[in-house]
Amino acid sequence: MASTTPIDKPPAPPVALKRAGTKSGRVGDKVFLGLSRGSGILLLVIMASIAVFLTYRASIAISKNEGNFLTTFDWNPAGDPPVFGIAVLLFGTIVSSVVAMAIAVPVAVGIALFISHYAPRKLAAPLAYVVDLLAAVPSIVYGIWGALVLVPYLEGPNLWLDQFFGWTYLFDKTEVGVARSLFTVGILLAIMILPIVTSVSREVFLQVPRMNEEAALALGATRWEVIRLSVLPFGRSGVISASMLGLGRALGETMAVATVLSPSFIISGHLLNPGGGTFAQNIAAKFDEANEYGRDALIASGLVLFILTLLVNGAARLIIARRKEYSGANA
Amino acid sequence: MSQAANTGIQERPAPMSPARTTSLSTKALPRWAPFAFAAVAIALGVGTGIAAGWQSRTQWGLVSALLFVVISYVTTSVVENRRQAKDRLATSIVWVCFLLAVVPLASLLWTTISRGMERLDGYFLTHSMAGVLGSEATGGVYHALIGTLEQVGIATLIAAPIGMLTAVYLVEYGKGALAKAVTFFVDVMTGIPSIVAGLFILSIMLMTKTQPSGLMGALALTILMMPVVVRSTEEMLKLVPNELREASLALGVPKWRTILKVVLPTAIGGITTGVMLAIARIAGETAPIMLLVFGSQLINTNPFQGAQSSLPFYIWEQYKVGTDQSYDRAWAAALVLIAFVMILNLVARGIARWKAPKTGR
Repeated sequence: MASTTPIDKPPAPPVALKRAGTKSGRVGDKVFLGLSRGSGILLLVIMASIAVFLTYRASIAISKNEGNFLTTFDWNPAGDPPVFGIAVLLFGTIVSSVVAMAIAVPVAVGIALFISHYAPRKLAAPLAYVVDLLAAVPSIVYGIWGALVLVPYLEGPNLWLDQFFGWTYLFDKTEVGVARSLFTVGILLAIMILPIVTSVSREVFLQVPRMNEEAALALGATRWEVIRLSVLPFGRSGVISASMLGLGRALGETMAVATVLSPSFIISGHLLNPGGGTFAQNIAAKFDEANEYGRDALIASGLVLFILTLLVNGAARLIIARRKEYSGANA
Repeated sequence: MSQAANTGIQERPAPMSPARTTSLSTKALPRWAPFAFAAVAIALGVGTGIAAGWQSRTQWGLVSALLFVVISYVTTSVVENRRQAKDRLATSIVWVCFLLAVVPLASLLWTTISRGMERLDGYFLTHSMAGVLGSEATGGVYHALIGTLEQVGIATLIAAPIGMLTAVYLVEYGKGALAKAVTFFVDVMTGIPSIVAGLFILSIMLMTKTQPSGLMGALALTILMMPVVVRSTEEMLKLVPNELREASLALGVPKWRTILKVVLPTAIGGITTGVMLAIARIAGETAPIMLLVFGSQLINTNPFQGAQSSLPFYIWEQYKVGTDQSYDRAWAAALVLIAFVMILNLVARGIARWKAPKTGR
């Protein structure tokens, strides 16, 4: 039958299939779409509620604060009247992160170039792998290594810096004491963010169009000239966003700073002197002794940190997104 | 090491015309030159170090590195020319960068392993800190291990499905403003400091008068884990060839079944890798645990009630005690934590390689 009336037969099965297929299909599709869209919305809700809850608790704390939240050099929310301010924390956070960036970015770019353009082929892949693994070392391990190994090691170099570069004011060590300073924190943070900055930069350097490099080589350029003429211009925005991702990490790092720094509520331009503080370190250090109001005060400082990292990360992502648009040609 | 550097284009003209070869090759430094520079620089660095009586080997290394760069630049610009000298300068700086970075990282791993091995044994893994004083060389991490496993387990149970569904939404359905907003905020969320996630849960706890427990820590870890899972799952789903989806849809399979039966199984290796890497990341978080789980010396197997401990928090606690014995315990726990994280990483990357989706190219 089927073979004798081929024209009549086909419409029948599709109808049957369609009915069976679409009913369960439609319900299933709706449920699945609902679930997956719901998860996406949940993420947005979480982000929004982080901002809302932190702001709410922070507003409670700030409304009772007798000092100026932005300019006070003290943290005493349990006192009568309660006085606390983020001036020292903001200064310490920015200084330690800037030191970390100043050290980590050039070195990370160097390592990324080493892996992408200099290392022997056989070494390059395992090296990239090791760098990725190092990004997984927990921050608390960096913390105790920094406090128990790095701090004693840095005493010599610190004296040296003081001796030869003391005239720069920054490296003038006016207080004796172990190297539990913002500068040491900066070095430790630099070591910690090296892997992330390196791996993002390496990705970008590997995407440089082969033709550009070969064109430069064909004109007789040395390896350095190839890098300067074709690799670095192409990778610039990638390196910038990689550094900002690293900066975001450095700003919010808690344990490594809490173990290394010996905190104090002073602002000093002498980077080698022990003292200072960062947002995250202050929260970790003051949390145990804080009552409920003290915790609100810490939440207020956390809100500032949140906004700071939000701005830095948002900017980094916007740079990456913009770059994606015009690098589509070589995809 | 510098074979790669010397097989560059500038040597290739050599066999072409003998007349030019002479003028090009006469002024070249031999291949072993960088090794010689390095040897001289290290010798001079060590010499200066001993002469000046510096205690710190770091200084010796820094001086050697600096000397290496200067020597190779000067020698090359004298023997060859400025362009070659600049090239060699860049090469040596890149090498120095690499070595500079390797030293601290190697030291970190070496210290953790050598110091950690002193205390790490079966006893350490199966006992808690109940009744152990800071100056006693006993005690262990059993309670912290349990805490870590439970908190990370709960966080994974919540974060992995939500993260994967979000990624499915972004790749399979997502168009328009909502998808764009989710993509952007997932990126931003990746950068939230762990202590801020902890403070967020803390503010909820303050409002609802909840007591600290393992669950609260797990919720903070969930916030940290979700964006990582979303990002990695998204990357993997994008690698699944469109032909597979089209083939399945053309057979009349509804979209949700296509996703469940075709797309996800194809990418499952990569997704597993992503989830495991995310677990490895949150297992090392200390700050939220410190704020939300409160820490305990005793074994508490119930994550929903009462204080717990966790491996990273245990390290922090022992570091704060400040005795030699507690430092030993901290290093041993650090070794356990690093081993845990590294094994997760290695297994995850192994799965990724083994189950990599065939992109058909």
